[in-house]
Amino acid sequence: MVIGLIWLFALLWPLLSIHPDGTLSFFKAFKVWSYVASAVVICVFIYILKKSGSLSGIATPVAKTRDRLAAYAGTLPTWVWLVVVGCFALSYPFYTDRYSQDVAIMVLIYICLGLGLNVVIGLAGMLDLGYIAFYGVGAYTYAILNTQLGLSFWMCLPIAALFAAIAGCIIGYPTLRMRGDYLAIVTLAFGEIVRLILNNWMSLTNGPNGILGIKAPAIWIPTFAGGFSFEYFYLKKLYYLYYVALALAIFTVIAVYRLNFSRIGRAWESIREDETVAELMGVNTFLLKLLAYAMGAVFAGLAGAFFAARMRFVAPESFSFLESAMVLCMVVLGGMASIPGIILGVAALIIFQEAFRELELYRMLVVGLCMVLMMLFRPAGLIPAKRMGTRSEEKEN
Amino acid sequence: MEYFIQQLINGLTLGGLYALIALGYTMVYGVIQLINFAHGEFFAAGGYMGVILLSYLAGIGFMDSHPWMCLGLALVLTMTYCAFLAMAVERVAYKPLRHQSRLAALVSALGMSIFLSNGLMLTQGVFDKPYPLQFAEGGFSYGLITVNVLQILIVALTAILLVGLNILVFKTRIGMAMRATAQDKIMSSLVAISANRIIALTFALGAGLAAAAGIMVGLYYGSVRYDMGFVPGIKAFAAAVLGGIGNITGAMLGGLVIGLVEVFGAGYISGQYKDVFAFIILIAVLYFKPTGIMGENVDDTRI
Repeated sequence: MVIGLIWLFALLWPLLSIHPDGTLSFFKAFKVWSYVASAVVICVFIYILKKSGSLSGIATPVAKTRDRLAAYAGTLPTWVWLVVVGCFALSYPFYTDRYSQDVAIMVLIYICLGLGLNVVIGLAGMLDLGYIAFYGVGAYTYAILNTQLGLSFWMCLPIAALFAAIAGCIIGYPTLRMRGDYLAIVTLAFGEIVRLILNNWMSLTNGPNGILGIKAPAIWIPTFAGGFSFEYFYLKKLYYLYYVALALAIFTVIAVYRLNFSRIGRAWESIREDETVAELMGVNTFLLKLLAYAMGAVFAGLAGAFFAARMRFVAPESFSFLESAMVLCMVVLGGMASIPGIILGVAALIIFQEAFRELELYRMLVVGLCMVLMMLFRPAGLIPAKRMGTRSEEKEN
Repeated sequence: MEYFIQQLINGLTLGGLYALIALGYTMVYGVIQLINFAHGEFFAAGGYMGVILLSYLAGIGFMDSHPWMCLGLALVLTMTYCAFLAMAVERVAYKPLRHQSRLAALVSALGMSIFLSNGLMLTQGVFDKPYPLQFAEGGFSYGLITVNVLQILIVALTAILLVGLNILVFKTRIGMAMRATAQDKIMSSLVAISANRIIALTFALGAGLAAAAGIMVGLYYGSVRYDMGFVPGIKAFAAAVLGGIGNITGAMLGGLVIGLVEVFGAGYISGQYKDVFAFIILIAVLYFKPTGIMGENVDDTRI
C-alpha cells in the first residue's frame, strides 16, 4: 500500500505544466503534488503509528473518557437529548450570522437528499446514480409553477413531491427489472437525460440561462394594526427560511425513521439482503422496489422545491452528476441505513467544503482523497447502522 | 446519400474511440466486477501526456523533421505511462478494498476520479490545451464526402489495437490466465495464476487503450481539457453495458453502436440532444435484452 502510494505520486510528477511554445515548467505541478503528497504522508504516518501502538499512550485515556461519557449519557433517556438538540436547532439563528445560517440551510437540504437516497440505497439496496434528477424535477416544478402560474410555495410543495414521485415511477418502471450494475448505469443515464432536457427545452426551462424571479415562500400572519386581519408575508429573510428547512428536515428524519422500522422497511431490508429469498417469503419485490424509488424521489422533490425557493433561481448545472456523487458520498461516508450517520456525513462534507473555501481550488481534490481514504480505513461509515433485532452470529459473541 | 456516408464515416471514427475506452471498463469489470469510475481520467491523462510530449518534441525541433515518428513515440510513451498510472491507482485505491462490499470500492473509485481530474485541473490549468500539430491536413474527397488523414489514422489504429487485444486475450497464455481469473479467482489461483498480477495487468491494458484514445481525441478535436474524461467515460461505459459487460467483443460492438447512434441522431434529428440518443438506445436495449447485445449471464447478488 505504501509502496503503491509512492509509486502513484512518482507517476504523477510527469504531468507538468507546459507552455504553448513547448518549454516545460516544473514549478506549478511540483507545488501542487508536493502539497498533496505531504498531506497523504502525514495521514499515513499517523495511521501507521496508531497501528503499531505508539499512540496508545494518548489514545487509551481518550477512549476511556469517551466510554465513561457515553455510559453517563446513556443513563439519561433519549428524549432529553432530543430536547437538547431541538433547542439548539431552534435557537441557532439567534446567535449566528448570515453566513453560518446559509451553511446550516445547505446542510438541512442535503440531509433531506441524503435520507431520501438512503431509502433507495441503504434500505432497498439499489444503487442509484441519477438521484439528483428528482431534486431537479422538484426544483423546476416549483420554479415553473411559481413563475408561470403564480402558485405559492405551500401549494407547490406537495405538487413537487408528486411530480418527483411520478418521475421516480417512470424511471423505475422499466429499470427495476434489472439488477445490480445495470440499474446503476441506467439510473445514471436517466439522470443525464433529465439534465440535458432541462438544458435544452428552451421554451419551458429557459435552457442554460435558468429561471429567474422565483418567489420566496409566504405565509399569512395575523396583524393587529387597524383591527384584526391577515397579512401576506414573504419569508425573504434567511432567518425564516432556516426554519422552513428545519421543518422539512425534521419531517424527513421522522418519516425515514418510521419507514425504517415499519413492515415496508423490513421488506426493503429483506430485498437488500437477498431478493430471491424475499420474493419466496411473499414480498412483492417489484412493487416495493418501485415504492422505495418513489419514496426516495419524494424527499428529493421536497428538497428541490425548497432549494428553488431559497435560491430564487434554478439552472441545470445545479443538477449534474457530480451532485449525485456528492450525495452518494455523504450517505456512504456517514454509514448506510443509519440516520444519525447520514446526518453526520452530510454535516461533515458540507462544513468541510465551506471551511476550505479559501483553498477553493484544492477543495474537490481533498474531497476525492477523503473519499478514498475513508473507504480504505473505515468502509462501514462514521456511524455504522444498528440492525433490528438480534442475530445469531452476534449472540454467539 | 452523400450526407449519410459522411455521417457513417464520422460515426465509425467516434465509435472506434468509444470502443477503445469501453474495453477498459469491460475488462476490469469482467475480472473484479468493479465499475472503474477513474477510467475516464486515464483517458484524460493520456490526452494531456500526449500534449506534453508532442509539445516538447516540437520544442526541440524534432517534430518538423519526423512528424509521424514523433506521433508514434508519443503514443507508445503515453500508453506506457497510463498503464503504470492505472496500476498504481489500482494498488492504492482498489486492491485493499477487494474483500469489502462492492459499494466501498465504487465510492473509492469515484473519489479517485474526482482526485485525478482535479489534480489535472490544478497542474494544467482550467483552459483548453491546444494540440501543437495538426495532422488533419490532407485527406481526400469524393463529391461531398471528405475523409481526412486523421480519421483514417484513428480507424486504422483502433482496428490494430482491437485485433492486438483479441490476439492477446484469446490466443496467448496471459490471455488464458486473464479469462480464467475472470471466471473463478480461487480456482485460477489454485493452478498458480497470480490474481493480483492479472488484475494489475487488466488495469494496465485498459488504461493503455484509453490513453491511445485520449491522444486520438486530442488530435481529432485539436485540444484537451481537464474534464474531458467524464462524458466520454459515461458513454463508453454505456457502450460496455450495451455490448454486455465483461464481454470484449461486445464492448467493441457497443462502442461502434453508440458512436453511430450519436452521430446519426445529431445529424438527422437534433444536435442538442445528441447525448440523449446514446442513453435512450442503452435503456431500450437493456429493457428488451437485459444482458446487453452479446451478454453472458450476470451474477445477480450485487448492489
